[in-house]
Amino acid sequence: MAEQVIIAEGLTRRFGDFVAVDHVSFSVQEGEVVGYLGPNGSGKTTTIRMLLGLLLPSEGNARVLDYDVVKQSEQVRARVGYMSQKFALYNELTVSENLAFYAGVYGVRDRTRLDEVIQQVGLRGVERKRVSDISVGWRQRVALGTAIVHRPQLLFLDEPTSGVDPIARRAFWDLIYDLVAGGVTALVTTHYMDEAEYCGRIGIMREGRLLAMDKPSVLKEKALPGLAWDVHAQPLLPALNALEQCACVIRAGLVSDHLRAITPGDVEAEALQARLREAGIEGVRIELAEPTLEDVFLALAASRS
Amino acid sequence: MSSLKDNGMIQVANLHKRFGNHQAVNTLILEIPAGEIYGLVGPDGAGKTTTLRLLCGALRPDQGKIEIAGYDVARQTEEARAKIGYLPQRFSLYEELTVLENIRFFAEVRGLKATAWYPRCMEILAFVGLEEFTNRRAGQLSGGMKQKLGLAAALVHEPQVLLLDEPTTGVDPVTRQDFWQLIIRLAVKGDVAVLVSTPYMDEAARCTRVGFMQHGQLMVEGTPQELRQRLNGRVLELRGEPLPLLRSLARADTDVEDAQMFGDRLHLRVGPGTSERVIDRLQALVPAMGGQIASLRAVSPQLDDLFIAMSEPRNG
Repeated sequence: MAEQVIIAEGLTRRFGDFVAVDHVSFSVQEGEVVGYLGPNGSGKTTTIRMLLGLLLPSEGNARVLDYDVVKQSEQVRARVGYMSQKFALYNELTVSENLAFYAGVYGVRDRTRLDEVIQQVGLRGVERKRVSDISVGWRQRVALGTAIVHRPQLLFLDEPTSGVDPIARRAFWDLIYDLVAGGVTALVTTHYMDEAEYCGRIGIMREGRLLAMDKPSVLKEKALPGLAWDVHAQPLLPALNALEQCACVIRAGLVSDHLRAITPGDVEAEALQARLREAGIEGVRIELAEPTLEDVFLALAASRS
Repeated sequence: MSSLKDNGMIQVANLHKRFGNHQAVNTLILEIPAGEIYGLVGPDGAGKTTTLRLLCGALRPDQGKIEIAGYDVARQTEEARAKIGYLPQRFSLYEELTVLENIRFFAEVRGLKATAWYPRCMEILAFVGLEEFTNRRAGQLSGGMKQKLGLAAALVHEPQVLLLDEPTTGVDPVTRQDFWQLIIRLAVKGDVAVLVSTPYMDEAARCTRVGFMQHGQLMVEGTPQELRQRLNGRVLELRGEPLPLLRSLARADTDVEDAQMFGDRLHLRVGPGTSERVIDRLQALVPAMGGQIASLRAVSPQLDDLFIAMSEPRNG
């Protein structure tokens, strides 16, 4: 039985009248990679700051690695790695110097550990370069290196691949999964669906509330009120209007050169086709589509507003 | 005006730009007609931002020609710029001015006459859905509303070319959806060509055509569907337990070019025509090694699968 690495119960944080985090409860098991998906300002970073013991909850409580985040925040921080969105690196220092600095902060004196980290995050060959002279993709690896230098059991990654291309993102996630294979647990905040897809479970945050947390496949099955369709029809805007008028369409939108519609589970392609024909739109091609996390997010957001 | 306008609202021929030893843009050719949303994707330093800067005349090319709505950017810079709307990644607006004052400012900078600016501003604010907020200070707007004000400012002079630099970085998925509905509505009217630079595949997938840039060159372009089809039958989804074991077994298979973990599943990219072989082998090997396969099947390739395949030297 895997241990519970994070347990949050009714975690709440108010800033004056503003409720940044509103009664959030969830748990994370050892070895999991959990995504915390939501727009900027939805309470993701505030949650992490409470879990790190940097910010006191207004209500509720949390345990991280079996320590109380309020009463034992130092024990928590010694065992947790945190990679912030704005990598806190010294641009004038070299890659090695940055790692050595963070090693010092965490009381790691062992030079071989630094070498190990350089190997682990794939920084061999750029150790002597100044951080200001390397690309965002490399800096991200340095930031990950600084977060793991003290061998944390739990990693908080705050928007780790913001602004990097898909190739660097995939390489970065390979590193994360290597760490996870070695027993590390990761909680990853992101506002990108692309990134959330890499996580084993995903929590969806909006306006301080955790709307759902589950495996991507389960979210796509349960949180979506039916089926997703790709509708190829010309001209697009009249076809969109026609779909929006259909009683059997929950949501319709433009994708690029086609339309996407969400319908209840019992609607068939022929029915959509017939409604479009009634509206005078011919030559329509309708295909059942794989639901995306974005469909899920939009459905959950709509059901709350 | 030349006849090029018929072919491309944005017309780029043999573009080169070098910074010192670094060839930022190399032999770039682009032809983007009105009505199209063209997504320029690629890794950091691929030349996307340099391309946008060359297009709006902020940088001069070493070689090659750019035409915007039929105007040569090098010789008719002002005319070309008048046809361009540009939304940079960090759009600066005047926080202490109202929505209407902000948009008026951009209208006047763009040379709209005193009699013309008001109706046009109201029209564009209505288009982006800010007509009820004309008197709100820009500093009091949400992130999504600021983004829409930025778009309104870029569109106030009715440009025929819209350049967007990573337009929805940091915005809420609901706002992003709204924003893209506006862009697509604008494009389907058929008068405007839109060029979007983005590192995100979910944005690229919304474009009518996508170009993948690397080392300053355009490696491949096509509709999202055409691009995905290039890898048809070569992407397998593997579900089962334990995933780390499945990953290492898959990576050891000679026909598996790439094995990527996605939380609760793996995606494998296999060599052309090898998917059945790989499926048979893994079906036999995984149980023998103490693992278990819940499902292993071909899935539709995604854009990032193609770009990752393209960026590897052995496939390039």
